[in-house]
Amino acid sequence: MVPFAGWDMPVQYESIVKEHHRVRSSVGLFDVSHMGQLEVRGPRALETINRLITGSPMHVPDGGALYTLCCNAEGGIHDDLIVYRHHTELASIICNAGNRTKIASLVQDAADGACDFVNRSDERALLALQGPRAAEVLGLVGANRAQELRPFRFAQISVAGSECMVARTGYTGEDGFELSCSADHAPALWNALTDAGEPCEIGPAGLGCRDTLRLEARLLLYGNDIDETTNPFEAGLGWVVKLDSGDFVGRDALQKIKAERKTKAGGTERRLVGFRMIGRGIARHGYPIVDIDGTALGVVTSGSPGPTVGSNIGLGYVPTDKTAIGTKVGIRIREKTVDAEVVATPFYRRPRLSEPRGPSKNE
Amino acid sequence: MAYPSDLKYTKDHEWARQEDGLVRVGVTAYAVQQLGDVTLIDLPPVGSDVQAQERFGDIESVKTVSELFAPIGGEIVEINTELESSPELVNEGPYDRGWMILIRPSDPGELNRLMDPPAYEDFVGSLEG
Repeated sequence: MVPFAGWDMPVQYESIVKEHHRVRSSVGLFDVSHMGQLEVRGPRALETINRLITGSPMHVPDGGALYTLCCNAEGGIHDDLIVYRHHTELASIICNAGNRTKIASLVQDAADGACDFVNRSDERALLALQGPRAAEVLGLVGANRAQELRPFRFAQISVAGSECMVARTGYTGEDGFELSCSADHAPALWNALTDAGEPCEIGPAGLGCRDTLRLEARLLLYGNDIDETTNPFEAGLGWVVKLDSGDFVGRDALQKIKAERKTKAGGTERRLVGFRMIGRGIARHGYPIVDIDGTALGVVTSGSPGPTVGSNIGLGYVPTDKTAIGTKVGIRIREKTVDAEVVATPFYRRPRLSEPRGPSKNE
Repeated sequence: MAYPSDLKYTKDHEWARQEDGLVRVGVTAYAVQQLGDVTLIDLPPVGSDVQAQERFGDIESVKTVSELFAPIGGEIVEINTELESSPELVNEGPYDRGWMILIRPSDPGELNRLMDPPAYEDFVGSLEG
């Protein structure tokens, strides 16, 4: 167990690599109850949230989930979130554990006098059932309705006797579900899923493989790849910034940043890129990225072995004129510079349902 | 966890085994358990000299990187080249196929400064709290 944002979290139950492959080939179950769960209720719930995020819950149907950002006035990122629109007067938010206090206070202030705010983080647990056989597991516990959910849709569904908000979302690059339930019910739900999922080769999955899985899928990690000093455009999250979604905190700054990025000559701005190690070495968060002549270019924000892609991979910010696929860079690993090259991301994209998948694909 | 009785141990979780005047070195099962899946091991070239308690290489797992320290000073006469392509041997057999370097000690007496198995077991116990 390791301390993580005030929680004791298992990095691995058995082996990061085994758990990683299990999620890619069958199904893994994560306990991600450390995530913050907030609720906003009332006739002005949606407009209240709309003012805090770069997207709009107005443009999402009831039962729809939205990946979005909460930015500061300068356009830096307070957090990346998923907003769930239950109906026009109820929305919930799942935010990162480390940002829970900050986001709760921002939402609470925005809700003040306009709608009701409840921080349900302590009373709600969150389990993530991830992998190609996740839907099958839910069928085995009688939650067949969940199988009909499309990606980024959610519903209130009884799963093995526990009332859950089941969303077809995740952080692994695989098909999967996130189940929010009352904390009291979480142990029973965990046991029901792991028992029923046995024929699907289910297993528990820890924080360690969550990181390798999300990195292969180029899903960003708050505090590593993005933070209050990075803007969405340089992080490659411009697609979640909807400047026409009404007034929101950071909108003016983001509009300006976007306009300037278009007019500035290449090389004056930075961008988050994916790279693959060519030489022998593993890039880690904080290692310097250098040009082939040794000039400093930027910093690694995430790096690890990619068990499915079969090479050591990473993300980091480099000047925009160094972002072309195939650009050779160096990673400073202790006293050595190890060759790496910019590659297309995501590093891993899950096969379509009709294709063979899992480890058998490459064997 | 039981620790082989024919080995000596360091507080950095390396083991040392005397073999015909040479000393074979690796990391303990406790180190392996803490590291998780080992993915990369950097070893020095054969012929280089190491000092006792000095860093001789690095061991990386999926999650983290740690330094390797020599339990005894001397010349490195052999390294386990199998680890370059199969670092997982350290997970599978830390005391046999997962060995790392073979040292010709400059002062074999240095081994006496290392912990014997019960002392190492107590030491690990103290870390676990």
